Amino acid sequence: MIQRPGWKRWLLALAALHGIIACAGFFAPYDPAEQDREKPYLPPMKTHLMDTEGHFHFRPFFYAQQLRSGSYDQFEERAKQAIPLRFFVTGARYRLLGLLPLRTHLFGADASRVYLLGSDAYGRDQLSRILYGGQISLLAGLLGAGLTLGIGLVIGATAGYFGGWRDGLLMRVAELFVALPWLYLLFALRAFLPLSVSPVQAFFLIILVIGAVGWARPARLVRGVVLSAKERDFVRAARGFGATNGYLLRRHILPETSSVLLTQAAILVPQFVLAEMTLSFLGLGVPEPVPSWGSLLASLQQYSVLVSYWWMYLPALAIVPFFLGYLGLASALQEDAGTGKIGRTTSEGTW
Amino acid sequence: MVSMARLFSFVRWLSCGLLLAGAGIPWQPANGFPRQKSSTEELLTLPGEIGKHGGRLVVSLRAEPKTLNPLTAADAPSREVILGAMQADLIHINRATQLTEPALAKSWKVSADGLQYTLTLRKGLRFSDGQPFDAEDILFTFQVYLDEKVNATQRDQLMVGGKPIAVRKVDAQTIVFQLAKTYGAGERLFDGVAILPRHLLEKPYTEGKLSQAWTLATPANQWAGLGPFRLKEYVAGQRLVLERNPYYWKQDAQGNRLPYLNELVFLFVPNADAQVLRFQSGETDLISRLGAENFSVLSRQQGGYTMSDAGPGLEYNFLFFNLSEPGEKTSPDLVRKIKWFREVKFRLAISAAIDRDAIVRLVYQGRGAALWGPVTPGNHRWGNSKIPHSARSLEKARALLKEAGFAWTTGANGEPELVDSDAKPVEFSILTSSTNADRTKMATLIQDDLKQLGMRIQIVPMEFRSLIDRVTQTREYDACVLGLVSFDADPTPEMNVWLSSGGTHLWNPSQAHPATAWEAEIDELMEQQLAAPNYEQRKKSFDRVQEILAENQPMIFLASPDILVGAKKSIGNFHPAVLEPYVLWNAEQLYFRDASGPTRP
Repeated sequence: MIQRPGWKRWLLALAALHGIIACAGFFAPYDPAEQDREKPYLPPMKTHLMDTEGHFHFRPFFYAQQLRSGSYDQFEERAKQAIPLRFFVTGARYRLLGLLPLRTHLFGADASRVYLLGSDAYGRDQLSRILYGGQISLLAGLLGAGLTLGIGLVIGATAGYFGGWRDGLLMRVAELFVALPWLYLLFALRAFLPLSVSPVQAFFLIILVIGAVGWARPARLVRGVVLSAKERDFVRAARGFGATNGYLLRRHILPETSSVLLTQAAILVPQFVLAEMTLSFLGLGVPEPVPSWGSLLASLQQYSVLVSYWWMYLPALAIVPFFLGYLGLASALQEDAGTGKIGRTTSEGTW
Repeated sequence: MVSMARLFSFVRWLSCGLLLAGAGIPWQPANGFPRQKSSTEELLTLPGEIGKHGGRLVVSLRAEPKTLNPLTAADAPSREVILGAMQADLIHINRATQLTEPALAKSWKVSADGLQYTLTLRKGLRFSDGQPFDAEDILFTFQVYLDEKVNATQRDQLMVGGKPIAVRKVDAQTIVFQLAKTYGAGERLFDGVAILPRHLLEKPYTEGKLSQAWTLATPANQWAGLGPFRLKEYVAGQRLVLERNPYYWKQDAQGNRLPYLNELVFLFVPNADAQVLRFQSGETDLISRLGAENFSVLSRQQGGYTMSDAGPGLEYNFLFFNLSEPGEKTSPDLVRKIKWFREVKFRLAISAAIDRDAIVRLVYQGRGAALWGPVTPGNHRWGNSKIPHSARSLEKARALLKEAGFAWTTGANGEPELVDSDAKPVEFSILTSSTNADRTKMATLIQDDLKQLGMRIQIVPMEFRSLIDRVTQTREYDACVLGLVSFDADPTPEMNVWLSSGGTHLWNPSQAHPATAWEAEIDELMEQQLAAPNYEQRKKSFDRVQEILAENQPMIFLASPDILVGAKKSIGNFHPAVLEPYVLWNAEQLYFRDASGPTRP
């Protein structure tokens, strides 16, 4: 049996997870903003295979739920009304991967809506919201990490390669950015922005903010790698043969940073997903009714939600497999870098 | 929950008095039990359960009071402490019946023209420091309130027809108040005007330092009032402790002097959820201003407390649009939107599209009432029953929009999109207070309701002060969801909201001249109700005001929450009211059934 490097396994798992989120429209049974005002805070429906008379059914089914009389948040099952689960049903319109207009959903039901993970204060399907919310949170994390690494690479390479006053200036700026109290600055920044920000604008704003905050650490790492790489013999030799700065950087020095960058990416993505969640939790993220993992958790700020509706915690669980995936990938990458399976470098060992 | 009304000055009641230092009055230390009645005292006898003396009642307050000075108290916590416990007025509005009843004045007469009020004071009363109370204190009190230099928050209320009330002493027990114009709400005028002790406050008044007097740090022996409790101790950031006023002028049916409680303690607990936790753990004995969700949490976990839904209060929540006159600096975008908003059919369409029942169900868990006008079901005397309670109708909304020149196109995502006569899409934002989860929820429901009409709405939660600044000062906003609470069930304290010149005339505040014919009519009707000699005529004017509001929808009324409160089972005489202070209005009658009172560290 061929032994696959560990990081490939992690990458595969992550790709599958991201695939589910990217195709949220297909896996989610409903539109994430659609309200069902008769069913606020409905607990996750139980899937049955046995009916009340003890008969076994191959097709899983649910019992219809209704509000207990006199209550506004307590539900009971109506044992007479079984709703069979159906697969590949036609439902709300969506665009697969943002392109292909479709109406087919993985599952659903005919007679009534199915809430596998319960509903929120407005009767919106929690499962659909978690899946769609992941699109915002993960994309923010990925784009934020990309932006951060891009800035970090350019600044770190400039500082490390050219040295001198450029190095001093850039590194002092980086230190300044590390030291700033970002959260408070963000609140101040929000006050200067126009009154209403559309979800798309808010999303790019978050990415911009995350990118602006995060570049300092990768920049310092890249600078370290570049500093050591530019003194290596083959680089000196190439310079002796008359290679230009651009050629040296492109051909010999920047490739040395690849393992650092990859590992950094694997660490930064979950970090930035978390950053997006924090911003949304505090109300600085994408506005209602667009879901993101942070804004889904924001309802837990209320004590009554905290003690009464346990399924509102579920979005917090959604990030766990992603975090495990990314952190596993990061450590596998680091190990592989150490044993020379990817790249050729000796890793910087800064972290 | 901060509501607008609490911040503005049409506020009626104020508070108790604090006094100034250094008058060298003999101070009676807390003496556990009330004084024996002397033969000359004319005490007021209250009906109700006979209680037991003793005990200490702890309640939470959502913020530290800013002052104990009734002249400067403008914040809700100061007024709650002062009104609920420390102060007394001449004629009081009974919070349960919503009617006036004798207080420091044992009776009063109104002249036939409605301009002259003759009040007879109770004999033999004393301030909480043992000094006698008489007509001189009343003269002093009104002199101070009406003095422009003092700048008391109640001054506006006491200016009737633009002129200060004239106060004249006839004898030691009789005072005559002369009004320049008839005042519709009549003797309700006196509610909340705290009577101040001249012996303590005259010196600072003559020195011009009255408004700085009576901070929270005032030593207890330099403070005196006529309310059921007097100042004992203040610990910054933690609590305010009041003790029994041994000279209080009310007694129960068996002749026991009130109040029953030895001490009343206010803990400063800024967060609503933290208040719930304190109540759950038994640290506090009473809780009020509960949200519906916290109320059901407490009701489900049966502890040793009684949870009570007192029915709809006076708070009304509404959506309103920016109807102000666009200025030179107004952006063209907003000018275009204001043009839609000023179209009455547009507002009627929005009103028809809003699902008020869903708001009551989802925001208040059914513990509230849908509204079609500013008078809530909690207000027993002023509602106009003829205002139609139209059910939600998207068809009607669409028809109205069509009549107003709006049309539908297919938007980018295949859904219908509403456009105006210039083919511009109808998009606007709704401001809500970021600290008020209920109103943000209402806005989210409205967002979804209006999406079905093809409107695109953004919700903008905003810090309360900047929100008010936008609405009343810069006027750079599209629409806003807010709530108002009146302190009295009478329409008069809300003049500021309905008069076009009023600062709380939210959709277009402080106008020099009424911008529309219907606003002019409301102005006239509100003045009429103020001057009308009797309730029937006043009601007729105010009914018409409600009709005009329903026809023009400058405010789209949404819902009113119930007053939700709770108390430990051991507390007797617990009768929550829908007027503030909801649970402490009868603080003097509250008692612990298991008296000598629970002991707490």
